[in-house]
Amino acid sequence: MADQGGGVLASFDFLDSTVDAIHELKDAGYKNLRAYMPFPDHHIEEALGYGESPVRVWTLVGGLTGAATGFAFTIFTSMDWPLVTGGKPIVSIPAYVVIAFEMAILFGALATLIGLFVLSRLPHIKPIMIYDAEFMSGRFGLYVTAQREELDEARRILKRHEPSLLSEDPEGAHVQ
Amino acid sequence: MATATEAKGRGAAPHPDVASYSDVNRDILAILQRPGKGWWVLFGLATAGVGLLFFAWGIQLVRGIGVAGITKPVGWGVYITTFVFWVGIAHSGTLVSAVLFLFRAPWRQSIYRTAEAMTVFAVMTAGLFPLIHVGRAWLAYWLFPYPNSRYLWPNFRSPLVWDVFAVTTYFTVSATFFYLGAIPDIAAAREAATGLRKKFYRFISLGWRGTDREWHHFGKAYIFLAALATPLVLSVHSVVSWDFAMGITPGWHATIFAPYFVAGAIFSGMAMVITLTIPLRKVFGLEAYLTTKHYDAMAKLILTTSLIVMYAYLTEFFMAWYSGEEIERTSFWDRLFGSYWWATWIMLTCNGLVPIMLWFKRVRHSIPALFVISIFINIGMWFERFVIIVVSQHHEYMPFAWGVYRPSMVEMAILIGSFAWFSFWFLIFCRLLPPVAIAELKEVLPAPMRRKEAVDHG
Repeated sequence: MADQGGGVLASFDFLDSTVDAIHELKDAGYKNLRAYMPFPDHHIEEALGYGESPVRVWTLVGGLTGAATGFAFTIFTSMDWPLVTGGKPIVSIPAYVVIAFEMAILFGALATLIGLFVLSRLPHIKPIMIYDAEFMSGRFGLYVTAQREELDEARRILKRHEPSLLSEDPEGAHVQ
Repeated sequence: MATATEAKGRGAAPHPDVASYSDVNRDILAILQRPGKGWWVLFGLATAGVGLLFFAWGIQLVRGIGVAGITKPVGWGVYITTFVFWVGIAHSGTLVSAVLFLFRAPWRQSIYRTAEAMTVFAVMTAGLFPLIHVGRAWLAYWLFPYPNSRYLWPNFRSPLVWDVFAVTTYFTVSATFFYLGAIPDIAAAREAATGLRKKFYRFISLGWRGTDREWHHFGKAYIFLAALATPLVLSVHSVVSWDFAMGITPGWHATIFAPYFVAGAIFSGMAMVITLTIPLRKVFGLEAYLTTKHYDAMAKLILTTSLIVMYAYLTEFFMAWYSGEEIERTSFWDRLFGSYWWATWIMLTCNGLVPIMLWFKRVRHSIPALFVISIFINIGMWFERFVIIVVSQHHEYMPFAWGVYRPSMVEMAILIGSFAWFSFWFLIFCRLLPPVAIAELKEVLPAPMRRKEAVDHG
């Protein structure tokens, strides 16, 4: 429905204006909101209503897989060519804990990274249609998309909070 | 922006001289501008040193490991000493970026990027040494378990194999952590850059836009990586210490080794952070970001770890005496008064006596004094590893296993070259990535508010 929709992007100098605008827009029933911030601000995240990030599941699964791999690999290789060294048992679990531990960390970290990329849709290759380079410096942004006729109200709410910049997105791509 | 007055309003702000968010971008990104003459001089020196490193290594590769001084009875010499030294240096980077992050230490923001870069490059430097030490570097892949025609696998009961796993994991995880933390700042650099640089930043910033979704998952991923890196950093130097402690050589075979090595690593690494950031701060004018408060905190950490390290030294001597074991006693007597007495006394002076000065606030607040002390500690900690590794081996059980090791020219050239190799990467880093974390600094600055009272929605 991209051709009937539109988008508005507001840049704010102040954090409280951004948070207030988010609350008002949400109360007015707008669902497609995207905030831009120069650093992770929890006020904005809370205003948008974020829960627990599922990244942790990736970490857990990665870590457990790593530990299992570490044990499985060391045990398998020892059994593959059973050779007693230093009078120690063929399967020397205490020694293999070190390998399993390192593998748990390695797999856990890499899984966390992959999880982050998947969940936050990085890398973002498509060129950004409407953007304010100041988001990387000091400004907070709020981007709303809706049907064209519903946008007037959003524009009014955003204007009331005195944005330093209000730009229209003619493409009106949906917030993703 | 009109936030300067508000920023000044909060007395406890960690960076009282930084007024607004855009100031942070301006100040930090200015570092990435055209390099000055000083940078080129340093970079030239570093490149020459890297040349020396590879020249010396080349000689060793062509003529064989015999050009190094290591032989019986001292089989582990300068190479292994320097390996442990650089792994140790790496550790405090992770401590600052991960452990202090989990403990929410308010002074880590401005130093952690530098410390983290230091970690990555120090592990890269350390990683060269096993390759150099094994002699036939082209067969180094034998260290890794891979399916081969003879069904041979590494002996996973050997601490040397643990070390391979520990150090490669450490490099991968710390590089990941470093890169992940830098992504938002690379995106900030992207907006300020032009031309080829902009293309480069756009590519490596992965199109980061700073949306709520990106930050939300980023924050959680960062916490988990920190939580994984914390036990990792403890395990890596423990494993390195077990390379020695699992052997029966007198002076090595002690259970205190793991905590002793970890404390030593943080001690030496913190000193290296000071050694690196003091010139950085001066050259790039970062006085507002790296304040005496930061150095005070680092100095206190050095003081604490110095006490732990000193305690470990004394424990070792005490246990050697208290055990009543002739060989152990001889070994430690030899440390203090034997062929290598000077190495032991350098170690004790630099690591035990010099840091005592840090009890005084005036010393902790004096940047030149800290710089000098940090150099002493770097030297002392190299000698600590030398004492542990070389001195223990040169006087083992049997008289035929007694001998004196002298590093050869090739070994000394490679040791010097390793510092150049590390500096080479560090200098490139200073010009390519923002050396101070832009986004995280903003977290500790007071947020700009239109209304006077702060937003507090829960």
